Amino acid sequence: MCLAIPGKVLETYDRKGLRMSKVQFGGVVRETCLEYVPEAKVGDHVLVHVGFALSTIDAEEAARTYALLDEIGQLAELQIPQEPEE
Amino acid sequence: MKFLDEYRDGRVGQGLLREIRRAVTRPWVLMEVCGGQTHSIVKYGVDRLIPAEVELVHGPGCPVCVTSLEMIDKAHAIASRPDVIFCSFGDMLRVPGSRGDLLKLRSHGADVRVVYAPLDCLRIARDNPEKKVVFFGIGFETTAPANALAVQRAKLEGVANFSMLVSHVLVPPAITAILQSPENRVQAYLGPGHVCTIMGYTEYEPIAAAYRVPIVITGFEPVDLLQGILMAVRQLEAGRHEVENQYSRVLSRHGNRAAQALIFEVFEIADRKWRGVGTIPKSGYRLRYEYRDHDAERLFEVEDIETRESAVCISGQILKGVRKPPDCPAFARECTPERPLGATMVSAEGACAAYYSYGRHLEDATAAAKG
Repeated sequence: MCLAIPGKVLETYDRKGLRMSKVQFGGVVRETCLEYVPEAKVGDHVLVHVGFALSTIDAEEAARTYALLDEIGQLAELQIPQEPEE
Repeated sequence: MKFLDEYRDGRVGQGLLREIRRAVTRPWVLMEVCGGQTHSIVKYGVDRLIPAEVELVHGPGCPVCVTSLEMIDKAHAIASRPDVIFCSFGDMLRVPGSRGDLLKLRSHGADVRVVYAPLDCLRIARDNPEKKVVFFGIGFETTAPANALAVQRAKLEGVANFSMLVSHVLVPPAITAILQSPENRVQAYLGPGHVCTIMGYTEYEPIAAAYRVPIVITGFEPVDLLQGILMAVRQLEAGRHEVENQYSRVLSRHGNRAAQALIFEVFEIADRKWRGVGTIPKSGYRLRYEYRDHDAERLFEVEDIETRESAVCISGQILKGVRKPPDCPAFARECTPERPLGATMVSAEGACAAYYSYGRHLEDATAAAKG
């Protein structure tokens, strides 16, 4: 459960002073905190762990890592529903 | 979609295997300390591809597995209260405490919810002002910033009915404890890639120097693992003991410093009991005093609960790399992922669960029958 999952930043926004974003993982979109990866922009790929972006990575690395996580059955957390805040 | 690039190309793997064979002149024991690496090694049979001289043992790389029975029982006691909404990562739901697991509690009417992100609990807390929302904050360093952020925001935004039961564990003190053990066999480590994405690897440098062990921070693709093994074996054969970074395409020596600052604003280092291993000094995080109003251990007075572990289970020795899952008389017999007896079987990322889910026990039984 300590593995981070790569996703693509779709949009960024501010919520109560925190830099948040919508990040796409395969067919799923999750709200992700981007505050600690200030360099990440829309279209970039980020490594995300439980809603928190740890770092940016390149697109090729992201695709490869995502495919591997899928193969070793480590994407289950993306199935957990998340209700959007107001 | 299958990727066939340099990291999946069999030729690269074959080339690395050839280099490992060329480098090895005598037996070595290497330990990985990341549940994802353990999974990948067993799934792709990396431990069987490499020369027999190089033995891979599987360290305490799964935070779910090493969460102490006392802490799980504490979680269950809190979750059982009618005024509590207990939130957790999904991995913790099936981990048995002394009296069943969280799923069982839920079937008895407790409000237990699986959340994707710790920050989602703040929303649940705001939506349920009459309830106390408690999050089970477990994990290694990778999870610490997300957990710290939830507590920091709760204080900042005045979400008074949110608290966290913190049971964080840290990699460097655990690998040090293994090296200090008189029965230690580990001669080199493959370090955890995603933990170091946050923390960097400067903490590992004094360990490598003091215990004269190579530590190679490694990713978890099969090719990453082979390359990490090669780098570690080359160091061992040359008598070197340095920290090297195989995973440099993802992480740097200093990690994410802003995220580290967030962790240490909210948490401080504390002793922590590890399931199967015992208490390791300074091996975990707890909430700082400034965040005491969000500390579930302070808010809910839970008595110390008497716990008892299985007498046959050897998970403690497996976590230290002294023995392997098939060495246990209970493995795949009394002890299965459905009815786990100890730490290394309780979560999918534990070494015993990985061996079980990839059918290693069936092969071993076949081999024994052919004997």
